[in-house]
Amino acid sequence: MEQSAWLCAETDDAEGTRALAGAVAPHLGHGDVLVLTGDLGAGKTCFTQGLGAALGVTERITSPTFTIVSEYEARLPLHHLDVYRIDDPDDTLDLDLPELLEAGVTVVEWGERIDAVLPASRATVELRFDDGDRHPDSRQVRIGLHGPSWLARQAALARDLEPWAVPC
Amino acid sequence: MDMTTTTDAGPTPSTITTTILAIETSCDETSAAVVRAERPVGGPVTGAPPRIEVLSNVVSSQVARHAEFGGVVPEVASRAHLEMLEPVVGQALADAGLAVTGLGFDGTGRRPAVDAVAATRGPGLIGALLVGVSSAKALSLAWDVPYVGVNHMEGHLFATFLERPDIGLPLVVLLVSGGHTMIVKVDEPGRYRILGSTVDDAAGEAFDKVARYLGLGYPGGPIIDALSADGDPAAIRFPRGMLDDGLDFSFSGMKTAVINYVRRHPEATNPDLAASFQEAVVDVLVTKVLRAAKRHRAAAVALGGGVAANSRLRQRFAQAAAEAGLDHLVPSRAYCTDNAAMIGAAAHWRLAHDGATGLDAGADPSLRLATT
Repeated sequence: MEQSAWLCAETDDAEGTRALAGAVAPHLGHGDVLVLTGDLGAGKTCFTQGLGAALGVTERITSPTFTIVSEYEARLPLHHLDVYRIDDPDDTLDLDLPELLEAGVTVVEWGERIDAVLPASRATVELRFDDGDRHPDSRQVRIGLHGPSWLARQAALARDLEPWAVPC
Repeated sequence: MDMTTTTDAGPTPSTITTTILAIETSCDETSAAVVRAERPVGGPVTGAPPRIEVLSNVVSSQVARHAEFGGVVPEVASRAHLEMLEPVVGQALADAGLAVTGLGFDGTGRRPAVDAVAATRGPGLIGALLVGVSSAKALSLAWDVPYVGVNHMEGHLFATFLERPDIGLPLVVLLVSGGHTMIVKVDEPGRYRILGSTVDDAAGEAFDKVARYLGLGYPGGPIIDALSADGDPAAIRFPRGMLDDGLDFSFSGMKTAVINYVRRHPEATNPDLAASFQEAVVDVLVTKVLRAAKRHRAAAVALGGGVAANSRLRQRFAQAAAEAGLDHLVPSRAYCTDNAAMIGAAAHWRLAHDGATGLDAGADPSLRLATT
């Protein structure tokens, strides 16, 4: 991958993760892809709920694990993918990714499994349980900005994520 | 409507017997079934559920055990459904005594004696749905019979009527599977109201994810069910998500609670974790469906969906319904998990009520249950 930059943050609980995602939303535009990674229970769907609410999704955002793709109408349409059950990138042919990725914002949980068919220009969001003695609901969030389009948003994103910021 | 039918003896037949081939490919299972039922001719479609005779009901996971089909177990890919569809449909027709060579595409013009072809058109995986929908449409054109597109969730509701067409109405059904968790009030066939649903994960998904976290394998539901027999359901008091909060469900936090517990108590045993987690999920499911029945003055309650195969849920649900004095159905496991017989049952009612579905109606991965 070409140039990248990193922003690091921590949240105290699920509400905090939703709020942080909400602060990312104003920086998004058509065609943006966010790849979410993190263990089970780390808060990937939670992050998407916060992002969707801030984009103006009024429907309930639920886990797309079984349907693989959920689409929500909003100011910017939101495509929510969970590709955990896809083992072979060829199987993404069923999803018609090029059309999905063209309009609106696409959030991909477990996106590393289909890395080859996702654009290099993307934001990555890694959610991790806190290793220390903090509250079990606390999460470490590491956001990677990859490619010129995302790097151009680095300063503005850093400013809006300041309430949760920690050194990387 | 141009249909091959058999009718009641007598000068003025009042019912018409309709035989339907139904196809279900919304998720992991490729399934085909042949169902037969009588419906009134000319008169109004009554509110009473139809009495459906299931002539065959073939699910790929059963067929796949036979080497002749290559042992393919469909995953998420439509290509797996494509491979399984023809043998599964062929088997369903053969089991019903309706088989013709090559599904009628052998040039002889012979075709099976079915009056309509139905398929699940949503909700589900788009690629998987398209296999069933396209095949059903092709067969309906080739055989010159109507096509009926069916809502998968309405199919699950009709699974109740397959076994209990006489069940009390209004009926409250708890539909729980890997992809869905909802409570539906059924005033009569075709008249539904969603009383509650999950705000995050489906119940079956929570089972799968906890099993995955504990390294137990897939699918998680049956594994946790079996493991729980050796564990203490009261060993760990996991939170009951939204227990006191209306008729909606939340299972994501319960899943995370298990993960947090294991991180802090690595000594916890899998049987105790499984039994305690299962108990928490079943507590919420049973409490809410009984609450819904009481609040909406239901005459009966029923379970549906793959998670309804869970033995602890079946036991606790039957006990709670009996204590509340409610007519209830704990369906056969074969009608809980995805199957085409229930799609055929819903198709029969839809055909009688709405007529054929246009061939221009495509698959819809996020198809909603039409509610009143």
